Amino acid sequence: MTWTDQLDTQSCVLLRLGDRRFALAADQVAELAAPSRIFRFAHKTPEIDGVILRRGRVVPVCDIAETLVGKRLTHRRFYLIATRRQKEGLDWVALPVSGECELIQADLTPASPSDSPHVSAWLSHQGEVIEVLNLYALTPGAPQTSVAASPEARV
Amino acid sequence: MRLATPQKAHPVRTEQIILFRASSQIFAISSASVQEVRSVDSLAGAAVDVNEPNLVKVRHAIRRGDRNLYVVNASLHFGLRPTPAALIFLLRKSRIALLVDGIEKMTSITRLLALPGAFCHEERSWYRGLTVLDQNVIPVVNPAGFLTAEEISLLDALTAHQNWPEAASAAHPELTL
Repeated sequence: MTWTDQLDTQSCVLLRLGDRRFALAADQVAELAAPSRIFRFAHKTPEIDGVILRRGRVVPVCDIAETLVGKRLTHRRFYLIATRRQKEGLDWVALPVSGECELIQADLTPASPSDSPHVSAWLSHQGEVIEVLNLYALTPGAPQTSVAASPEARV
Repeated sequence: MRLATPQKAHPVRTEQIILFRASSQIFAISSASVQEVRSVDSLAGAAVDVNEPNLVKVRHAIRRGDRNLYVVNASLHFGLRPTPAALIFLLRKSRIALLVDGIEKMTSITRLLALPGAFCHEERSWYRGLTVLDQNVIPVVNPAGFLTAEEISLLDALTAHQNWPEAASAAHPELTL
């Protein structure tokens, strides 16, 4: 399949970061959680704010707004708990979002080679063209192999 | 009717830990990896200065038997603001003595959680994992993560010709574990 091909209809979760909306493949979303206490300890991964406790797991909080909209979120309404497939199983990451999230069905257009690495596809919704995010390019500690290039990692 | 054989309850594995402070943050270390706890004062005059610009977290070495132990400032190791340290942990089967602000308490844990994969820098060697105590997430330090073999070799070379003070280990430990 080339990048110009149209992908199948997929379930996506729309999320809001400031004034902009982005999408994440629904199969990468575990849940939407209310903000809870962030625990901080010494570390050297600047993208990580701290961790939250969720269902007995320690989930790192990673503010992707700085990369996507140029500034950190001042108001965190929810944490979108996303999952990444790693060698050892699923890895959870909490993404602060500033508004309601919405589950939609949409036709995806694959990203072109000239798109930013954090874009895995595009979708059109209510007249708006929205980036479908490549979580592996946005969050630290992803596998070294280019996940954006592998079909199963695409949405 | 036969009753089902009662399941044997598996004993919960616990690990004794010491919660210590470094630059007002709390860390945990396995008690089994700490051989002695000494006050900083008890080693006054027994240590020699170490001055390696690439390894500022090590400012002193002490002599124990026929080998040198290197005093690692825990705050500097974790990239935190240095604060006055009060205690030194002499680590078991190690060349490391760890300078800490103080002991918070000793307790036990039953669960060590893996450090999430999103943490991808030095902290992966700093910590064995995380534990949850009293609704707080505490990192459990890796005793082998304070100095690499190369760093110890560098320090050995640096201190090879030092004149060591007498009876460096004569002082009584605060606590022998």
